[in-house]
Amino acid sequence: MTPAKPLPKPTAETLPFWQAAAQGKLVFQHCSACNRAQFPPANHCPACGNRSLRWQESAGSGSIHSHTTVQRAPTAAFKNDVPYVIALIDLDEGFRMMMNWRGDDPATARIGDRIRVVFEANASPWPLPQAVPVQAG
Amino acid sequence: MISGVANTRVGEIAGSSCMSLHEEAARGALEDAGLHWSDIDGVLCAYSLAEPHPMLASAFCEFVGIHPNVCTALQSGGTTACIMVMLAESLVATGQCRHVLCVTGDNRATGMSRDGAVAALAEFGHAQFERPYGIGIPPAYGLVAQRYLHEYGATLEQLAAISVEHRRHAARHPDAHKREPISLDDVMRSRVISSPLRLLDCCLVSDGGAAVIVSAADAGRDTRAPLKVLGMGQGHTHEHIVAAPSLTDFGCKQSSQRAFAQAGLKPADIDVAQIYDSFTITLLVELESMGFFERGQAGVAALAGELGLGGKLPCNTHGGLLSFGHSGAAGGMFHIVEAVRQLRGEADARQVKDARTAFVHGDGGILSAHCSLILGS
Repeated sequence: MTPAKPLPKPTAETLPFWQAAAQGKLVFQHCSACNRAQFPPANHCPACGNRSLRWQESAGSGSIHSHTTVQRAPTAAFKNDVPYVIALIDLDEGFRMMMNWRGDDPATARIGDRIRVVFEANASPWPLPQAVPVQAG
Repeated sequence: MISGVANTRVGEIAGSSCMSLHEEAARGALEDAGLHWSDIDGVLCAYSLAEPHPMLASAFCEFVGIHPNVCTALQSGGTTACIMVMLAESLVATGQCRHVLCVTGDNRATGMSRDGAVAALAEFGHAQFERPYGIGIPPAYGLVAQRYLHEYGATLEQLAAISVEHRRHAARHPDAHKREPISLDDVMRSRVISSPLRLLDCCLVSDGGAAVIVSAADAGRDTRAPLKVLGMGQGHTHEHIVAAPSLTDFGCKQSSQRAFAQAGLKPADIDVAQIYDSFTITLLVELESMGFFERGQAGVAALAGELGLGGKLPCNTHGGLLSFGHSGAAGGMFHIVEAVRQLRGEADARQVKDARTAFVHGDGGILSAHCSLILGS
């Protein structure tokens, strides 16, 4: 039997993120003191130290900052998934997230390619944001 | 000052345990310095994946039967060994200790499966925002490598050259894990682990141990061949790669600048370098981020043989993590041990002629935690 994949277990800081995800919304924190987007969720702004982080909704669009195609799964839980693409995605609002890039052919992923965020259900109540390629133009 | 160093044999060592490797390395460093167990009044240990213990340093002292004045264990991934030496220097400088034993070891090759070691290391990833996506250490470094190739146009051949040079170095070291020569083709045709990184771009999983004894200036003077630590520095920018401020510039820039400033030296003054090489890309980005080479030039230099014996910057003359071996925190300590042997002129077939200054660097996590040391003869 394939061991279970690690799934999100919300903490005090991240619960609003996952609650929004459960409704199909991608949210991030914005610091009103230094006007900066923050991710992963925190309880104070790591840039300026202010406790003025407010949740905002993202449009769910961004581009690939970097990517890698995993051929050798780091844990047994991901053995059946190889090859799969892990990408660092720069969301248009100015924060970065890790996602799987869900294009058809891993060899076609390119830095700078546009993506939109979709949510994938899993065994937990908290769907995972994932990146789907968007055609240019 | 550093008064004693030792490494155990490295590779698959049947019958070894985490503690036996610690003991063997510590004994070797004591003999090297001409000290006895009873001289040790400070002990710093790191961590073990094969035999994890929440108080490894206390367990070690119990195992060998010593009762030091100061004892604790540290965890900063691959830079732990350099940080141990930096803290030990503070302990002796403030008069807390006379001789601090920094000792590391793990039996990752025979004490756990290769899959087990790789899986345990996946826990460096963010529990909610990285691990659900199947991250591990090689994919995280794959992300760094892809971005680096994109920004600076480095080639896979340049990455491969780093691996080939490290194997050439390891062939000159009797204790190395992998000594049989490899070619650029071997590296570039090895199977992809996480693109663009291939199997031979990745470090080994080895059994092994290493120890370094740091002594107060007046206490170390009488040891066999003491060496000064001329400069030390750390740099910390993030833990998780998703939160890294840059994929091409890292805390090694700050750590090396601090170490160079303290030593009153610059990269061009370094005769031999021992720099963390968990992957070929690790060494490439660090060499440039720290200013040893211009942007995009470290790979060119590697391909031209400049990191080899007789090159402009002989680097990882023991073979590094790529070929000498990687045994957890001991992996980073092998770099320190080799730097000391080079400066003492005890590196035999690997000896860099007239080596007087050595630069040592460790990196923990995903280029997250950095510590640089500059040693002088």
